[in-house]
Amino acid sequence: MTLIGEILISVLLLAAGFFGLVGSFGLIKLDQPMTRLHAPTKATTLGVGSVLIASMLYFLFFTDGITFHELMITLFLFLTAPVVAHFIAKAHLHRNWKPEELPQPEGDSTWGVYATDESETPDTPVKPQE
Amino acid sequence: MMTIALNIAILCYGVAMLMNIWVVARAEGVGDRVLALDTMVINAIALMILYGIVYATPVYFEVSMLFAMVGFISTVAYCRYMLRGNIIE
Repeated sequence: MTLIGEILISVLLLAAGFFGLVGSFGLIKLDQPMTRLHAPTKATTLGVGSVLIASMLYFLFFTDGITFHELMITLFLFLTAPVVAHFIAKAHLHRNWKPEELPQPEGDSTWGVYATDESETPDTPVKPQE
Repeated sequence: MMTIALNIAILCYGVAMLMNIWVVARAEGVGDRVLALDTMVINAIALMILYGIVYATPVYFEVSMLFAMVGFISTVAYCRYMLRGNIIE
């Protein structure tokens, strides 16, 4: 039983180290900013997921209690990684691309990055508080 | 066997963090730097959990949870600053 646990944990740890290395190496290796987003957000999240599962298995097999904190961290990282990737892609579009260089979306709509929000510029100026 | 795997994983994540520092220092634009910092936060979380396995203590989960939250919020704040020029409107 302990041997099975050791083998499982070792395989998970090796996979985690591999994915962490691949993610950080892709950040150097890939040449375009948009493709560079792929490497860390996918591979590193997978690597951290493997580390967290290995940690859960370790506390299950080698100590007398099982912990579920790792699942919380995994859930948090899996929820936030796409949000962060989307935000960085938006900032990249905003800084480095002009609206004319991008393909026009269908209909009257424009890209959300370049849309001007009318609600922020009211016709009548806001009266200062007395 | 598990000790060897732990050492290899810690080595991998250490090398990965060194690569991230390289990208932060030598990147072309601000977006790449923010991306590298975000990756660095995730690698640091992995290192902390590995440290918790080495010393067989569950104390580091709270640390890594807080670190994950702070890293997410700081990345979003950086991107918001790049997009709008200020963080809280």
